Amino acid sequence: MSTSSVSKGCFVFKPSAKKKKKLQSLESYFTDGCEGAQSSEARFGLCQHLWDRIKTETGVLQDELNRKILDSLLDFTRKCSSTRQHSDWASQMRASEIPTAALVLGVNVPDHDMTFQSLSELLQQSVTPHVASVQAKECGAMKHLMKRVLERLMDTAVDDDEEEETEQSGVQLHKSVHCSFSTLCDWYITKTKKSSSGTPGKKRSSPAREQQQQQPPVVIIFKDLEAFNPKVLQDFILICSRYIERLPLMFIFGIATSPSTIQHMLPHSVSSLLCIELFQSLSCTQHLATVIDKLILTHQFPFKLNGKVMQVLISIFLYHDFSVRNFIKGLQLALLEHFHSQPLSVLCCKKKEALLNLTQLSHGDLERIRQLPSFRRYVEKQESQEQVKLMTDDGHLKEECQKLIKGFHRYHKHYYPVLRCLHTLTSALPRYPLGKQIRELHLICLEKNVWENEDYQSAMKLLKMLAKDELIALLQRCAETLQSTKSKKMNKAAAQLEELLARFKQLDTAATEMAPTVDDSVTSPIKNLQKKTDLFQLQKTLLEMNESRRSKKLSPFEVLRNEALEFVDSLVKSHLSPPESQTLHEVCYYSSSAVVRRHLNATPRTSIQAALSSPYYYLQNESLKTEDGTVSNAAPDICIAYKLHLECGRLINLYDWMEAYATVVSAAEGTDPDSDSYGKVDEVKHARFIRAVSELEFLGFIKSTRQKTDHVARLTWGGC
Amino acid sequence: MAALLQHPGYDEEKLRRVAEQLPCREVQAGMLLSLMGEPQQYSYPSVFIYGHRASGKSHVLHVLLRELELPHATVSCVECVSVVLLFEQVLLSFFGCDAASLLPRSPSLSDFVRVYRQQRSQSPAKQTRYIVMEKAELLRDSDANLLPALLRLQELVEDNVTVVLLSEIVWDKFRPNTGCFEPLLLHFPDYSKGELQQILSQDKHPSYSAEFYSSYVNILLGVFYSVCRDLRELRHLASLNFPKFCEPLAEGKVKETDTHKLWRNIEPHLKKAMQTVYLREVSSLQWEQMQQMEEKEAGALRGLSAHTHVELPYYSKFLLIAAYLASYNPARTDKRFFVKHHGKIRKTNFLKKNEKTSNHLLGPKPFPLDRLLAIFYSVVDSRVAPTASIFSQISSLVTLQLLTQVSHDDQLDAPKFKCAVSLDFICAISRTVNFDIVKYLYDFL
Repeated sequence: MSTSSVSKGCFVFKPSAKKKKKLQSLESYFTDGCEGAQSSEARFGLCQHLWDRIKTETGVLQDELNRKILDSLLDFTRKCSSTRQHSDWASQMRASEIPTAALVLGVNVPDHDMTFQSLSELLQQSVTPHVASVQAKECGAMKHLMKRVLERLMDTAVDDDEEEETEQSGVQLHKSVHCSFSTLCDWYITKTKKSSSGTPGKKRSSPAREQQQQQPPVVIIFKDLEAFNPKVLQDFILICSRYIERLPLMFIFGIATSPSTIQHMLPHSVSSLLCIELFQSLSCTQHLATVIDKLILTHQFPFKLNGKVMQVLISIFLYHDFSVRNFIKGLQLALLEHFHSQPLSVLCCKKKEALLNLTQLSHGDLERIRQLPSFRRYVEKQESQEQVKLMTDDGHLKEECQKLIKGFHRYHKHYYPVLRCLHTLTSALPRYPLGKQIRELHLICLEKNVWENEDYQSAMKLLKMLAKDELIALLQRCAETLQSTKSKKMNKAAAQLEELLARFKQLDTAATEMAPTVDDSVTSPIKNLQKKTDLFQLQKTLLEMNESRRSKKLSPFEVLRNEALEFVDSLVKSHLSPPESQTLHEVCYYSSSAVVRRHLNATPRTSIQAALSSPYYYLQNESLKTEDGTVSNAAPDICIAYKLHLECGRLINLYDWMEAYATVVSAAEGTDPDSDSYGKVDEVKHARFIRAVSELEFLGFIKSTRQKTDHVARLTWGGC
Repeated sequence: MAALLQHPGYDEEKLRRVAEQLPCREVQAGMLLSLMGEPQQYSYPSVFIYGHRASGKSHVLHVLLRELELPHATVSCVECVSVVLLFEQVLLSFFGCDAASLLPRSPSLSDFVRVYRQQRSQSPAKQTRYIVMEKAELLRDSDANLLPALLRLQELVEDNVTVVLLSEIVWDKFRPNTGCFEPLLLHFPDYSKGELQQILSQDKHPSYSAEFYSSYVNILLGVFYSVCRDLRELRHLASLNFPKFCEPLAEGKVKETDTHKLWRNIEPHLKKAMQTVYLREVSSLQWEQMQQMEEKEAGALRGLSAHTHVELPYYSKFLLIAAYLASYNPARTDKRFFVKHHGKIRKTNFLKKNEKTSNHLLGPKPFPLDRLLAIFYSVVDSRVAPTASIFSQISSLVTLQLLTQVSHDDQLDAPKFKCAVSLDFICAISRTVNFDIVKYLYDFL
């Protein structure tokens, strides 16, 4: 490259557009290093398709969940802009206030972006074209805030005096546009004049609407109120209030914590300029519940997570960030990993497709099926002749697999409705033995047979104590969930439940006739009690009473109740077995929780320590391979120094440390142990040691101390 | 009343209109007028007007200058983030936009003076020009030479110009070290009760008689005058509660003249409003709605400060608890609270002299990051891996303003924090995770 410059210096050459390498397609990234390369294309297609579905579904969900609050916000903006134009007494008295919506969104800040995105889109569609949203990090000072607001409202680059980064080449129409509100005012006036005089062809719905369009409000959204510098915000509001008569301004504050932050940030002189209305959004746990409900607890998504992965994702959500977006990202990661690492995931799709894909499986893939633990378990259960056939005959295996896949899909079709039923029954119990949320129950079911769980037993006991009307209501809801699924078996179960319910209702009429005869047996021992008795007698009668109560003939209600619960129990036992018990579950269930955890919940310190104590783990050099706990003397200097420093106490003598280091390094160089130079510190070793020590200091393992000048202090505990 | 304002050189009619718009400020207006002199006469170079908020400083000047049609430029110092804006606005309103564009890209004071003089020679002042600086206290934060220069701008530009500074602070707090030209001081006293009554009665509702509204204002002042004398706040309160006041009238129960009954009706509502004076808990729109549904579901609508509950992720809660403990316990006591076999340390032996006062009275103390983490690991009930997300939670607590970073942002090594939440808040948080925080606080030992 050459320049026309005469002088020496550094020159920047931007790469020309042509030379840029063509970006690799997503697919080639996917197939690169992927297991079972033949089917990778198909798998990539499936994966992409599933992810697209997840994305659209979550988008729709988000919109639905936000609809209520967004609608009320939109109403608020409309109302504000319309009252401004009224001239009645009350709105005149209020004219100097800036209408402000305080939108409480919860602490999951990463999720807010989507909400604000859709909010500003909606606003632009239906209320006003003038919407600007600002973030705290781009508005450190008043000037910047002003600049951002003006830029976003007027859609032009605003001239800023001190930052002369604007390129001279651009045609600057607004040469002397300064960041001030009066500029904005002028702009607004010309804008509204233009739009009211022109466009006669536009549809005119109503005069009120038209009038509103002439004076559309200017909405400024503060995405994260807490992070703003209070001083900047106060000044900004003060300035805005000066222009409120000419410019119909409106604010929306996005608040992550609680609305009282407004009072913490703004003094009375400022907050009295605002007319604040509060809007509370849905809590993020509810949001997650709906996402799980729609994406995970349904048979329509063939891709599934096993218990451990699910647990990892949910605990990241609950313990760390409350962010639904991150949860979905985690789901995406699991999806990608699954399709990338599991060649048999070609079968992880809808039933018809899966059956089609099954017929096209190669011999290698079929061998993989034979290797699957769940399939081997299945084979072992078969007769020996069948076993041989399955292991050798590819055609037979395919037929068998068809059956298995059908069975697997059927399993899912039954699993979720029954899960929901069990949840409706148990979620109302005191102390929630099986969890308050359906995801908890789902996790229990994924782990092992739920009916062997102690909590399940206690839940059943509690259910047996329910009053009649409660039980009937719950069973009614169960029947409804079962009814709504499109499976014959489930509909049959629902019919059975309905029958039981009908019998419960018949009881009502029968019970009224039976009532007086029931309490005869109970009252008699109590009568006995009222006579004078000694202690022994009392004990005896009490025991008797207890006995008689236990052996007492069950009332018809109790009989029926037990019958109903046994029916539910049988449903659970036949349909809620964990997926691991199903053959071919590996095809659809992603199970490596460690990978997900490593990617989503990084532990920087653990990896540094791993790198220092066993460098082979990262460097993959054969000479570094050692037995556990030791470091080969060929390891990098810092590893050796690290290893040696672990053997020291809180204070480390630098000279001793260096001696030890020199010995180890000399051994690595293969110097003769008897020669003079063995273990001697020469200049090179000295320098290497110093570098290793300063690297350790940089990583925060040691620091210099004032107690002793030739010592350093350790900052970590433990070691050898 | 109108007779009070008289000055040669100004139109009688205009003066009468001015007087009408300035109730209870005739004395100050008259004073200003006599300072200003006749339009073409030179006036005093700079005037400093001070008085509490809502005592009519800007209003008086604004009305005077507008009604008497004097050339003037009104600049709010909040708006002038840089001096450019100030210069520009002044030039713009005196000489039109051509003059403003003459200023160089980042002008200094002398640039301004140069442009001003140049313009002045082209269009010399026939009348005194006035520059009104609102919120002048902010001038103290800008360049050191700006305020002294403005005070004697008349000399600098050799023009008939007067600078009027408006502020809520007394002049003594302005005087720069280097000394400067002393402006004329003019004080606007607070309105008395009678004056407030007179002013408030002016914005009467069009569909009711003036006497009716003024009796309403009388009642309102009777309730609120003892706690609030801010005209703006009172006006806000008046507009909020007026519909409620008129309610019995609309229903036809009472006549306009029956003040006693009206008073009985409105009094409980005013008492209620008294609790939230100044706070602007709910918007005025919401207040109206609240008054309409009132008895049915009182308390359904809560003010801003009623919502203090914050939902946090599990570990964030513990981080916040740990931060609170680190902020309010002396570091020496950590061993006693968090080491299992600490032995018995009696509080009395343990006290240093300055620690005898409650730490809660002294406020939160800064603590380093590693102390926070050490307490966190011993407080949280399960084993937690030191993952990146734990650290990111700390920084998100900082952005949520639940913690504040004491050291500078640039200091990556051993940053220091303070806990910024109240005892009530932390108690509520620790209750949700079944942690008895009071047991761990040194103050409550």
